[in-house]
Amino acid sequence: MKIFIKFDFNTVCRKVLEDKLLKHDIKYRMLAFGEIEFLGNINPNKLDEFTEELKEYGIEIIENQKTILVQKMKDTIIEMIHSPELVNVKSSVYLAEKLSHSYGYLSNLFSDVTYTSIENYIIMQKIEYAKQLIVSAQLSLTEIAFKLNYSSVAHLSTQFKNVTGITPSAFQRIISKRREIANKK
Amino acid sequence: MEKEYIHIILADDDEDDRLFFTDAFEELKINTKVNTFNDGVELMNYLNKPDAVLPNVLFLDLNMPRKNGIECLDEIKMDEKFNDIAIAIFSTSSSEEHIEETFVRGANIYIKKPSDFVTLKKVLADVVTINWQYHTSGLNKDNFLLRL
Repeated sequence: MKIFIKFDFNTVCRKVLEDKLLKHDIKYRMLAFGEIEFLGNINPNKLDEFTEELKEYGIEIIENQKTILVQKMKDTIIEMIHSPELVNVKSSVYLAEKLSHSYGYLSNLFSDVTYTSIENYIIMQKIEYAKQLIVSAQLSLTEIAFKLNYSSVAHLSTQFKNVTGITPSAFQRIISKRREIANKK
Repeated sequence: MEKEYIHIILADDDEDDRLFFTDAFEELKINTKVNTFNDGVELMNYLNKPDAVLPNVLFLDLNMPRKNGIECLDEIKMDEKFNDIAIAIFSTSSSEEHIEETFVRGANIYIKKPSDFVTLKKVLADVVTINWQYHTSGLNKDNFLLRL
């Protein structure tokens, strides 16, 4: 028997972090997602153990300042795309305000670290979100287009095709055929 | 900063293609390590070794003697230890039906073999850059389908 599950990435991570912090008796405060402030001093051995245990879950502590800023940009972009209310300001303005750096600086740093531009990254993340929504089969393409702030289904379909080389309906067909095969095994 | 590599393998029986391919990667900004194999049998022998370094991206030529690209794809998809490898198929066919069939069998990327070096370089750069985002942003590889 096979089942399909849906999970919320943020909730899972938060739960893992909370459990581990509690286990090591670390006093902390969760700031924005992906940012934790330790209250008081921590024994370095304890911190090593904590770091090591998190690795098992694919969670890493980032140390490099530039990497941190890029990670914040990525988080802000994802948050912006997944937010239930439409964000009406331009993404460049939004990022610059939220992270208190000029967009020029952010944009250069982003391309240096990720080998792609912020604009391309946003488009890619939107299409990834569209894929998720298509796969979960709860919304129609029209609803997905609206949710992701596209002016029309045609606009979404064109961008989808530009990014992936295939149409949303071909994507849907391929994934459901794969599932059929997986279910037969 | 720690240097990160994208590990790449190509299986192709054409010597010129293999040469073009390795040259193209040398000119990219992303650090890559490239290994090549002459056919599907050589490739599978390597991948099945217990100490094999598994690639992040595997490029398979469709037409190879002894074991072709589709046979390799099917074998790889049957073994869970290969789940993290993104598989790119190089083909000369652009039949829609054939492309969809290849994706259904588990390929992530379908590339119509470019006839010139400049296009090849551009295509490979696209594949590696997009794969890099999947790799570093924790995206769901099951949804990774790309046709170039």
